[in-house]
Amino acid sequence: MKKILLFIFYLFVFNNSAKALVEVDITRGNLDPLPIAVSPLYVESGSIDIKQGDKVIKNVGEKISEVIEVNFKRSGLFNPLKKDSFVQKPDIAHVKPRFEDWRLIKAQALVTGKVKVSEDKLRVEFRLWDVVAAKEMVALAFSTTPNNWRRVAHIISDKVYQRLTGEEGYFDTRIIYVAESGPKTQRYKKLAIMDQDGANIKYLTLGNELVLTPRFSPKNQLVTYLSYFRNLPRVYLLDIETGVQEVVGDFPGMTFAPRFSPDGKKIIMSFAKDGNSDIYTMDLQNRVVEKITDHTSIDTSPSYSPDGKYICFNSDRSGLQQIYVMRADGSNVKRITFGKGLYGTPVWSPRGDLIAFTKVHKGRFYIGVMRPDGSGERLLTENFYQEAPSWSPNGRVLIFYRETKSDSEGKGFSAKLWSIDLTGYNERLIKTETDGSDPSWSSLLSK
Amino acid sequence: MTLGTNLKRFLIVILAGLALTACASQGKKGAKLAGDVYTGSETVEYLATGVKDRVFFATNKSTLTTASRDTLRKQAAWMRKKSKLKFTIEGHADERGTREYNLALGERRANAVKDYLMTYGISGSRLNVISYGKERPVNSGSNPLAWSQNRRSVTVKAE
Repeated sequence: MKKILLFIFYLFVFNNSAKALVEVDITRGNLDPLPIAVSPLYVESGSIDIKQGDKVIKNVGEKISEVIEVNFKRSGLFNPLKKDSFVQKPDIAHVKPRFEDWRLIKAQALVTGKVKVSEDKLRVEFRLWDVVAAKEMVALAFSTTPNNWRRVAHIISDKVYQRLTGEEGYFDTRIIYVAESGPKTQRYKKLAIMDQDGANIKYLTLGNELVLTPRFSPKNQLVTYLSYFRNLPRVYLLDIETGVQEVVGDFPGMTFAPRFSPDGKKIIMSFAKDGNSDIYTMDLQNRVVEKITDHTSIDTSPSYSPDGKYICFNSDRSGLQQIYVMRADGSNVKRITFGKGLYGTPVWSPRGDLIAFTKVHKGRFYIGVMRPDGSGERLLTENFYQEAPSWSPNGRVLIFYRETKSDSEGKGFSAKLWSIDLTGYNERLIKTETDGSDPSWSSLLSK
Repeated sequence: MTLGTNLKRFLIVILAGLALTACASQGKKGAKLAGDVYTGSETVEYLATGVKDRVFFATNKSTLTTASRDTLRKQAAWMRKKSKLKFTIEGHADERGTREYNLALGERRANAVKDYLMTYGISGSRLNVISYGKERPVNSGSNPLAWSQNRRSVTVKAE
């Protein structure tokens, strides 16, 4: 991914949130998505077509609006209106919308914009309008390279989402996951990365060895994962841009279940030796290794709180898999799950307010959330087999994976990525070229 | 009717009942489970005549059953004869658990086997351990029999 040139300057920003008639509440299940019109962006004269690999992108103004519409639709919060009902042309709508025309088609919000494409620059300007109050809500302009036209759509989506919900968006993000294929007894697995809407899939490993559980660093340049390279299961680091892989530390046994600390300076993981798994950290700068848990039980799946002060993890020290919270130095270990069933894969929300987990009870698998003290357990979805939730950077959506039952020949088996909102609504299949598992969500790319 | 005939009838009923319960605990035809540990011979391979290459475990457990210990004593006896050989002990789990925990559980199972072999005089330097968690099932099915065959530790001759 090339570093993008991003100059954002504000034309006008109206912060009249108190007086806005248009707003979206994302804390409740949204059965009434906000009708929003996304006008194709007007392409200024003198613009050239975008060459992307062997493809030519004509009509980038229309393409950008389509990407925005898909983002809005998939969020479950917005209902993008059909373009064939639009009366105003994109160029005029961007300068002076006739709100009566837009109200006629029942739009409550309107997105308009214009782009200018030259050889090495794509300059975009967009506006968000409150159709009900007949006012401009947001106006922004920025520049990037033409190849980043999809990110333009994602950034606009985030700005609109933010203005209308009061929360940060999650559209300008990527998902790393394990792309799977082959028979169940000999699965072929590769690391894959894609935009959160499924575009721009890239494979990062060749599939010659098993790879599992990839996670992004907070700055999104590095990925940590488990690889069985040379039949030695170890935690590795991969630089997404250079493709360089290196093993983390020099452990005399299997390391696994890796994550980054919130400041990106450490890897936290499990190390298994002689039948015991404990949690360790390694500082990526000075390579100092610290042992965090010291117990004969299995301690794994560690996840930091966003302030870096606490760690939640999975342990069977009480007999079966439960979730525990401890201070980042390993002190003050407290069990937080006491419900019926087993609990695993704890992951702390970037908002700090919740821990998501997998629960297994009476042969069924659940994805749920609870407060960091274990209270308020809420199960969001149930299935034959599903696990490993990962949070969107705004802590409002969870991505996870499901596997289906198969017969003794392995027929019927598939692994797919799914997402669900924190409200429990908007459960969605995420399309991938191959089967997929172990998804992990990046933070916002523009941060 | 004589007392003898009644007794015969009674015994037949009792024996039939016992036979039925014995079948029930074995589940389907051909399946062999004791509790939920696989006791059958499907998927089992042999390191040498009479030396099975694997042992099986109950759900979430890494304890060795009597049958497992018997298998491992035979493995140890054979390994003592083949003193130049080294081995890899694989630990596996079924698909009915979370991925990372299953990696740890596989490692625990493989080490339970390694420890037992070591008590029978096999040097730890000859025994390498690797966990595959739930990644390499031997039976692709999604049923209790398949899962019991997948909860295993396999001893493999090292290259």
